[in-house]
Amino acid sequence: MAKPAVLTHPESLKRPAGPSEYAKDPVNAALTKAEKIALYTKMARIRHFEQRCIRIYQQGKIGGFLHLYVGQEAVAAGTISLLGKHDHLITGYRDHGHGLMVGMGMNECMAELTGRVTGCSQGKGGSMHYFAPDKNYWGGHGIVGGQAPLGTGLAYAVKYMGQKGSCLVYMGDGAVNQGAVHEAYNLASLWDLPVIFVVENNGYSMGTSQERSTAHPGCLAKRAEGYNMAWDVINGHDVYEVRAKTAIALKRAHEESKPTVLEIFTYRYFGHSMADPDKTYRDKEEIKEYREKKDPVLAFEQELLREKVLTPELSLKINEEAMAEADKAAIFADESPDPTVADITKHIYWEEDNRGPKTTSRGTIIFE
Amino acid sequence: MAVISYREALRAAMREELKRDDKVVIMGEEVAQFNGAYKVTEGLLKEFGPKRIVDTPISEAGFIGLGIGASMLGIRPVMELMFWSFSYVAFDQIVNNAGNIRYMSGGLINCPIVIRGPGNGGTNVGATHSHTPEAILASHPGIKVVCPATPYDAKGLLKAAIRDNDPVYVMENTILYNDKGEVPDEDYIVPLGVADVKRVGTDLTIVAHGRAVITSLKAAEILEQEHGVSVEVVDLRSIRPLDEETILASVRKTHRALLVEENKPFCGVDAQVAYLIQSKAFDELDAPIHRVSSIDAPQIYCKRMEDQQLPDVNRVVREALKVLA
Repeated sequence: MAKPAVLTHPESLKRPAGPSEYAKDPVNAALTKAEKIALYTKMARIRHFEQRCIRIYQQGKIGGFLHLYVGQEAVAAGTISLLGKHDHLITGYRDHGHGLMVGMGMNECMAELTGRVTGCSQGKGGSMHYFAPDKNYWGGHGIVGGQAPLGTGLAYAVKYMGQKGSCLVYMGDGAVNQGAVHEAYNLASLWDLPVIFVVENNGYSMGTSQERSTAHPGCLAKRAEGYNMAWDVINGHDVYEVRAKTAIALKRAHEESKPTVLEIFTYRYFGHSMADPDKTYRDKEEIKEYREKKDPVLAFEQELLREKVLTPELSLKINEEAMAEADKAAIFADESPDPTVADITKHIYWEEDNRGPKTTSRGTIIFE
Repeated sequence: MAVISYREALRAAMREELKRDDKVVIMGEEVAQFNGAYKVTEGLLKEFGPKRIVDTPISEAGFIGLGIGASMLGIRPVMELMFWSFSYVAFDQIVNNAGNIRYMSGGLINCPIVIRGPGNGGTNVGATHSHTPEAILASHPGIKVVCPATPYDAKGLLKAAIRDNDPVYVMENTILYNDKGEVPDEDYIVPLGVADVKRVGTDLTIVAHGRAVITSLKAAEILEQEHGVSVEVVDLRSIRPLDEETILASVRKTHRALLVEENKPFCGVDAQVAYLIQSKAFDELDAPIHRVSSIDAPQIYCKRMEDQQLPDVNRVVREALKVLA
């Protein structure tokens, strides 16, 4: 068997976290002190929300799967912090971080996890299926790579309507081997669609490492060349770098209506999902190394302390408030009612929920 | 009222809806420059231009998924599948994404997409190009399926499908494309979920959809001429939603039912219809319900045998006489 190609990481990723060389990049230099604090606060909120989820899961209140975003916060935070009115996003099942970043509330997110009617999808979607179309967030999709054509279609619609916008299509590194992703790459490039495919490379497609899953020429993003698309690799532990490099792709989408593949190197601290005991495919030492030396939330905190934007006191306050918000959300989820049996058959068809003289359907559509 | 073909009726539906709503886009393999693999979209590119009539690569999961995503933002794509058999490579998009998005979002997102194309056997093209997936797809809540049998219904159902705010899958039949019938010039729709009594009778109800309706009408004629039996033919037109009342009303009148479809028998549409009749009109029945379906095998290539695999007029007549015995 041929030796697998070694992944080419961005230079900045090879060093322990330190001062970001992208701090002075125009998109970061343009941030006000308040905006930087807000960005840090959002990252901290994702961290504490997810950590609170672990306890609720362990209490048996969250069913099914729970895929945590802990360790990957800078990816959603960096990319989404750049988006404007006509920029949309869609992702796979590791979708909590993106939801909180676009402005979904912890209450509705937590209540969805425990299957309550107050959840963002009224208890019908669960962890893998968050949606907030009013905030341009189109999910939350359970099948690996299945969201790639949808996101390409959102970008098609943006272009069709003559808007200056884009769609960011997030996926994990395991998704790059799905046919639907390749078909989406081809259409995005063929039709000059304003799509940014964001490969959140956390090293493992469930329990299978890149070496064991993916044939690649040095990195996953480079596959874009086969479709005549631009690409880049990004250190996903540095939110400034994520912003700086995503801004270039966003400009390409907005001004040239051209797609990009971005591979953002990141790391998840917990198993693929809470159902993964995480004991078979990676060393505890590896996790420790990332946690201690490359943590994206801590790295940004240090950056902002150096910049004197944050003080230790303010940082503590932000973190305590995020924890308290997550605690409150847990109580909200606990106290919220379940959907009813009658709710099971609502929201299946628009025409059924709105049946009247102007709708196009008659007859029986929900069967006994 | 003009007499036009089933193919022309479909084209007229798309033309009118393209003119009515600038969010309507026609997309698929060979729909534009090539004028349609079956010429259903002939002339549309010339009339509406490349923004509205879009050729796609052979990439069903990609372009169908793209259409679903675009529909979430308010575009109303009408996607052509060259064969419904090809839907199988886009199944995740067609079922998981289009069929579930409204439900999983608690009603926040709609998916007003139409996917249309022929889903039929009988054209001597072998098993991979001859599927009739209406029962498979209609078994998923969130999805609507219609199967027009005549030019009038083809136009009216397709126009209703395009205006519908849910995913509607229109299954046509290449063998019917040249069939002609009267179609009004003025705007009309055939609402989804309304069956049509194509022939009125008193002794036996035949329930059918798609081309099986045409076969059943011919059989009804023979049954009347040669056996003196008055047969009512109910054309479902729409599989989901299903017009249960029209089926039951006919059975309550004739007290006998024969169900005819070009699907394979196992879990076919008529399995559901048979359940409906025994559940809601059991006491009305004077005889067991019979079914005529395709012979239960992958579609055979040999044309002479394929014609026998599909329900034909003789088989329908034979089975009808058993119900009437």
